Amino acid sequence: MTQQTTPPVVEMTGISVEFPPVKALDGVDFSLRPGEIHALMGENGAGKSTLIKALTGIHSPTAGTIRVDGVERRFSGPADARAHGVSTVYQEVNLCENLTVAENIMLGAEPRVLGGLNWRAIGRQAATHLERMGLDIDPGSSLGSHSLAVQQLVAICRATVGDCKVLILDEPTSSLDTDEVAHLFTVMRALRDDGVAILFVSHFLDQVYEVSDRMTVLRNGTLVGEFVTAELPASELVQHMIGRSMDVLEAAEEVLEQAERPADATPLLQVVGLGRKGSVQPFDLDLYEGEVVGLAGLLGSGRTELARLLTGADRADAGQARVSGKPTRLRNPRAAMRHRIAYTSEDRKGEGVVDGLTVRENIVLALQAERGWMRPLPRKQVDELVAKYIQQLGIRPADPEALLRNLSGGNQQKVLLARWLATAPKLLVLDEPTRGIDVGAKAEIQKLVAELAADGMSVVFISAELEEVLRISHRIAVLRDRRKVAEIDGNRASMDQVVELIAGGGAA
Amino acid sequence: MATSAPAPGAAPTEPVAPKARARKLPVRLDRRYLPVLGTFVVLALMLIVGGTRYDNFLTPAVISNLFINNAHLIVLAVGMTFVILTGGIDLSVGSVLALSTVITAALLQAGLPVAVVLPLAVGAGTVIGLAHGVMIHYFQVQPFVATLAGMFFARGLCFLIAPESIAIDDPSFVALASWVQIFGEWRMTSSVLIALIVVGLGFLVLHFTRFGRTVYAIGGGEQSALLMGLPVARTKVLAYVVSGTCAGLGGLLFAMFSRSGYSLTGVAMELDAIAAVVIGGTLLTGGTGFVLGSVLGVLVLGLIQTIITFEGTLSSWWTKIVIGVLLLIFVALQRVLSLRRT
Repeated sequence: MTQQTTPPVVEMTGISVEFPPVKALDGVDFSLRPGEIHALMGENGAGKSTLIKALTGIHSPTAGTIRVDGVERRFSGPADARAHGVSTVYQEVNLCENLTVAENIMLGAEPRVLGGLNWRAIGRQAATHLERMGLDIDPGSSLGSHSLAVQQLVAICRATVGDCKVLILDEPTSSLDTDEVAHLFTVMRALRDDGVAILFVSHFLDQVYEVSDRMTVLRNGTLVGEFVTAELPASELVQHMIGRSMDVLEAAEEVLEQAERPADATPLLQVVGLGRKGSVQPFDLDLYEGEVVGLAGLLGSGRTELARLLTGADRADAGQARVSGKPTRLRNPRAAMRHRIAYTSEDRKGEGVVDGLTVRENIVLALQAERGWMRPLPRKQVDELVAKYIQQLGIRPADPEALLRNLSGGNQQKVLLARWLATAPKLLVLDEPTRGIDVGAKAEIQKLVAELAADGMSVVFISAELEEVLRISHRIAVLRDRRKVAEIDGNRASMDQVVELIAGGGAA
Repeated sequence: MATSAPAPGAAPTEPVAPKARARKLPVRLDRRYLPVLGTFVVLALMLIVGGTRYDNFLTPAVISNLFINNAHLIVLAVGMTFVILTGGIDLSVGSVLALSTVITAALLQAGLPVAVVLPLAVGAGTVIGLAHGVMIHYFQVQPFVATLAGMFFARGLCFLIAPESIAIDDPSFVALASWVQIFGEWRMTSSVLIALIVVGLGFLVLHFTRFGRTVYAIGGGEQSALLMGLPVARTKVLAYVVSGTCAGLGGLLFAMFSRSGYSLTGVAMELDAIAAVVIGGTLLTGGTGFVLGSVLGVLVLGLIQTIITFEGTLSSWWTKIVIGVLLLIFVALQRVLSLRRT
């Protein structure tokens, strides 16, 4: 463990940031020592991003002092912070895809000869930096030709050019696969051993436990405490983060246990040999009322593509679908909606909520679309409906006129759910409804899904987190390489079993 | 795009890094060069078709004239390339060119020496470009709107200075304009020399200075460039300054070409410049393109004109139709290329 004696490279004391009337941070202390990986934990809205932005000069604190290397500083922005050795890599890769890898690494710090750029040296130095990161890619290739994971690593590579004392990684793993995360962690550990102080923000508890040395927990803009990772059990960490115990999580499981399907029920939706070239190979799937079916598989295994076929978002070019026994063609989302099939996309921002509209407008969107513009919903009915869902789903702020862009990710997701629940669907397909939202909201959504199923709705649940799929699904369809490879009982399946199926080691 | 978080303990997937060995930088046939290559092929085809169809087409005289007649447009296109690379647009260059010709003619008529007049004419463009840059970056005005305003402003200013065409008979200006270098049958006027120097400078600045690379970075993603700590504000303003200066210089070349200053010159010439840049393979969304491509674009436009003149019976308005068709083809081609990329 890190020695108490090492002087901290970053020391923030009594930091407050206000966006009147909200106090985003209230007297928070934080210190970061050289040669440690320090996780910053907290729910959405706890103040993690605000703290980082206060450090890098994007927000200016209303109170408190920031010391870097013992010198009191207020950076004027990311560029200034970087000049003093504090680099940040954001969740979204903020690089230029139109330029080469080498340029993206060296831009702004290019070696020059006679006032002109020295391309040869740029390529050489970039190659050295890439090598140090263990990245075997051509520095002359264009960045856009690489996967998001490689781009993320290139972004980190860029951050370490020059004198990098502090590296801030804000949710670097949210778009990476397991192997890529492992690679990232190797790089992080190597940098740590070189004496770099790393501030790591992640929603994934297991990753935090795997890689961090210490952690600081924030809740509602205040400091909960600083802990040594190895000495803090995960359950306690979660309690610190959400301020309540794991009961909510367990409640979801209990609701689930009760559901049982009659042996000879007709499937609500039955598909046979449904498939689409280049998207998913033909598959069979039966969906029953009152049942949660989980889709498990890796990134790119066809989870989303399968969901899109079920809901008419993509048109199938093979196979048949039957809704309650009647043959049907699900040509587009509108046709699916007529059969009371609703779909929430994984791309919450792009294909889900309209962030310039209010909570009320977002909730009634689908219902109104179904009625057609000729028959507007009476305002009174709208208000009742909206009030009902805000209350039922616990949407916060509980203000129908709040603009959606001002809501946290978890609450946006709830609004999206409310929109489809308002259309009284029989089948609800949820693609990654819990991605990028905090532990508490996640638990609430899981609980809601379980309750909906208990009330007789059929739910298809997609998530990258296997644990979650296992916890709430009655049945799990496993996908690999754009093929449905297995269907297993969710209550009896174990994590290892599913992992083996996904990996292709089990019975295919 | 389907992105997802790793499942705990999930199976291994594809390796992180694709296998590729570092090769020499930056010379290699990249996808990025394809549009320019396309323009080059079109140009070559036009030369071959023209050469086989008409006598005296592929002669040094015709090619020399191609450059002489389009020197001002080449300069405009170079400036426009900078702006379009940042993801912006400059609609004012035609008007600024006219303003520059009028200032040159009016001041020379008033008896000011050439050494004073020329910097003033070019400087007028620089100042207007600076104003554009400031409006666009600091006041967040859309480039389209800001430069549209600049276009009306400059055109109005022309009429304020001189409603009528002014002939230029200043001896030293005429001497400068009629300077010509003859290599056998090839001719290079002073305006062509200036245009080529501008092209060379444009190329060097874009590829061998931090400013140039920042121009590309801004086109690739302004927010990213900002977060990478690049001087976005300065670079963006400078791009419009470059374009304005080029327009001022283009006006000077046009005045040398026409030996006059006239308020109505260069109407819609900004569109020719934009067309040349797009045909030259630069994406209007910014971030991809080359100055040399824009030069090829100007030559394609000029060659269309030449071919239609050689044809004799065709109305010169056919030029516009052919340019329209070419533009469409090139934009479609770029779309296909960028689709394949993703």
